[in-house]
Parts: sequence; C-alpha cells; structure tokens
Amino acid sequence: MGQTVTVPITLTVNGKQHSAEVEPRLLLAQFLRENLSMTGTHIGCDTTSCGACTVIIDGGSAKSCTILAVQANGSEITTVEGLADGDNLHPIQEGFWEKHGLQCGFCTPGMMMSSVALLNENPNPTEDEIRHGLAGNVCRCTGYHNIVLAVQYAADKMKS
Amino acid sequence: MIPAPFQYHKPASVAEAAELLKKHGSDAKILAGGHSLIPLMKLRLAQPEVIIDIGSIESMSYVQERDGGTAVGGTTHYVDIANSSIVPTALSEAAAQVADVQVRNRGTIGGSLAHSDPAADLPAALIALKGQIITSSTGEHRTIESNEFFQDLFTTSLREDEIISEIFIPSESSGTGSAYVKFANKASHYAIVGVAASVTIAGGKCTEASIGVTGAGPAAYQASASVSDLIGSNLDNADVEKASSKAGEGVEFNDDVHASGEYRAHLVTVFTERAIKLASSRAG
Repeated sequence: MGQTVTVPITLTVNGKQHSAEVEPRLLLAQFLRENLSMTGTHIGCDTTSCGACTVIIDGGSAKSCTILAVQANGSEITTVEGLADGDNLHPIQEGFWEKHGLQCGFCTPGMMMSSVALLNENPNPTEDEIRHGLAGNVCRCTGYHNIVLAVQYAADKMKS
Repeated sequence: MIPAPFQYHKPASVAEAAELLKKHGSDAKILAGGHSLIPLMKLRLAQPEVIIDIGSIESMSYVQERDGGTAVGGTTHYVDIANSSIVPTALSEAAAQVADVQVRNRGTIGGSLAHSDPAADLPAALIALKGQIITSSTGEHRTIESNEFFQDLFTTSLREDEIISEIFIPSESSGTGSAYVKFANKASHYAIVGVAASVTIAGGKCTEASIGVTGAGPAAYQASASVSDLIGSNLDNADVEKASSKAGEGVEFNDDVHASGEYRAHLVTVFTERAIKLASSRAG
C-alpha cells in the first residue's frame, strides 16, 4: 500500500465541532479517545459485542469500535462526557450513583449511553424493555439488577 | 485491533459506486453499515485495498410500497425494517431479532445478504417471503431470486461488479400470515437455528407455503420437502409435525462449539413447527 492517504473529517462531539485529517482505517472509538482525548468511551471486547464503546450518533446508539471515523463524518455524536451539565449530573448518571448501578465501572459509560438512547425513544420503559434495550451491553460484575433500577430512577427523574 | 490500510472512496450515487467497483474489481469491497465487514477487517481476515462507502447515499435507504410489493433500499438499517408497518411480518420480526439495538441502528439489509453469514437472520425471512435481490452494476440491473442467491458459506451469486441496490418482496396473497422464530446464541444473539414461514390459508386448507431456514447449514435454504407436505393439508397438528420433521432433509448440519449437528437437526424440526404455527395463526 505504501504511503498513507488521509481524509478530512468534521464531527460535532458533545456540541463542539472538531475537524481532523485521519487515516480511513481509524476507528471512531480511537478517534474519540486518542485524537480528542475523550477516554470516557471505553474499548472492551473490540468485537462489537460488549457495548462499552457505545456512543450516540445522530440520535441512535452505536458501537464506536465498529465504525470508521470517516463513516461518522458530518455526524453529531454524544459521548459520556457530554451527559453532565457542568457540575449537574444527567439523570442517568444520578441514577447509577443513587442505585449503585456499577461496581468496577468499566461498562458504565456504554450502559449510560444505551440507557439515554433508550429513554429518548421510550421515556416510560417497562423493566422488560429496559433489559432488551441494554441487550447490547455486557456487565461482568453482573450488576444488571441495579442498572435496571438506575434506568428506572432516571426515567422517573426525567419526567419531573 | 486496527484494519490494514486501504484507499477510501465515498461515492455520491449507486452509479458512481458501480463505476468505482468496476475499476477496482476484486481489490475493492463495498462498505454500507460495516457491521459484518469491519469486524473481519479488524481481525485482518479481510484486507481490501479499496473501500467504497455507500452508507451515506441517502437514496439507497427506504421502505416503500411499489408495483405489487414492498421495496427496501439496499442500505436500509435493520431498525427501520423492524419498525416498518409495511414489510411482511416475517421480515420485520427477523430484523427486530438481529443482535442488539446498537447493531440494528447501523447494520443494513444489503450488507447482511451480501455477507451470507450462515447464522444471519434476514436470509431466512427473505427466502420464506420469496424476495428478490436487485443488483446494480455499471449500466445494468439484475434480479436474483432469493432461493438462488445464498449458495454456500459466505458465498452468494452476487458478481464481483454488483452492488445490492434493492430488495423486493412480492405482495402476499390474501389469507397469508408469516413469522420468524429463532433459537439464539445468548451472547451474540446469532441464530443457532432460525426459521421463517409464510402460510396462505383458503377454505380451511393451506394453499401456499414457503419456509426459510438459517443457522442450520452452510447457507440459508428453502425447506422444500416441508412445503410440499403442507400445501393441501388442513394444517392440523399432525400435518404440521410431519411437515416440520422434513425441514432438515438433505442438509449438512453445522457442527460447532455452539451446537452439535445433531442438536441443530432437532432445533430445525422444533422451530419449523413453531414458525408454521405462528404464521398460520396470522393467516386466513
């Protein structure tokens, strides 16, 4: 292949525009972590399975380890860093805090992004809908029970 | 894990994509959602020198009623098929059961069909619904019947210069019901076995039937022996059981860490029976 040809991209991440020249093979997860230093987006399995790298792209949740940064050119992206408003936690962050929705915390950013996408689409999910909505996120501390409680907490909070 | 380097093209239309594909031939791969191709590239099982990204061609993503059927654009995401009220039930039900929310937001129907993963959900639904795959190459379109499309493990009748531009599903006859049911791997949600059925009932008898099976063998297939048994029957329990017992006839069953061939053979029978019963309950 020889020389590396870069491609210009512009993405809006958490409301702020970022332009860069990237190699086409750069994954979105790497772009966020390495180019933008937003390390809240975790890379867990790196095989589209665990969901730790979940971000919201143009309103829908997606696994950023399986998307090229160039594919996301022109998109609006929300990462876990974009949830809090200054010192005020987002209701889902507050829910994970109040309901002890994490243990080691590795899966938490992805869990929260999937939860936010779910609640944006369905503000009153049943327990079953929450569990199905989080089917693409794996927690190895087996904290699913409290994660569901955290999402329910956030749903209640977002209604009021 | 990082893919090997490649040249990146982002054509603005299918015609432009077809030109690029013709130019680069076997060095090139089409990228739509990337949820089959990118994992392979990260593992370096695929190392295309040229990527042609059709994922942003807006005119390729749609679900619409047309000329006696439903047309689905090649890059339509699973989520849009799952949520569609106009595609036949077996297809929306299959799309809704693919992997997880994140994958359904990005993966595309054309990508799934072109990849022909032996455990993919959509091929079974497409076969049961007698769908057609419409391809585009430079200055040409071709229509491939779904039962001739899936040939072997990761192998289809798609030519090297062709792009799946549309999937067309003929309208169902009146009195038809369809369904997709699967036995999923609990971690990946891939189908260990998945069965789609379409059943037409008139005057208390089954007049038309079609059954697509995935996960069982190297590629999705039509369970022809079961279909022959069903047509003309009253669809009572004994008829459905007898027909279902033939759904694995002639199949070389996959045998891997997820399920033995023997177990898959059993699952094909059980899930064919469930699919026929669910489709029948929606028919007539």
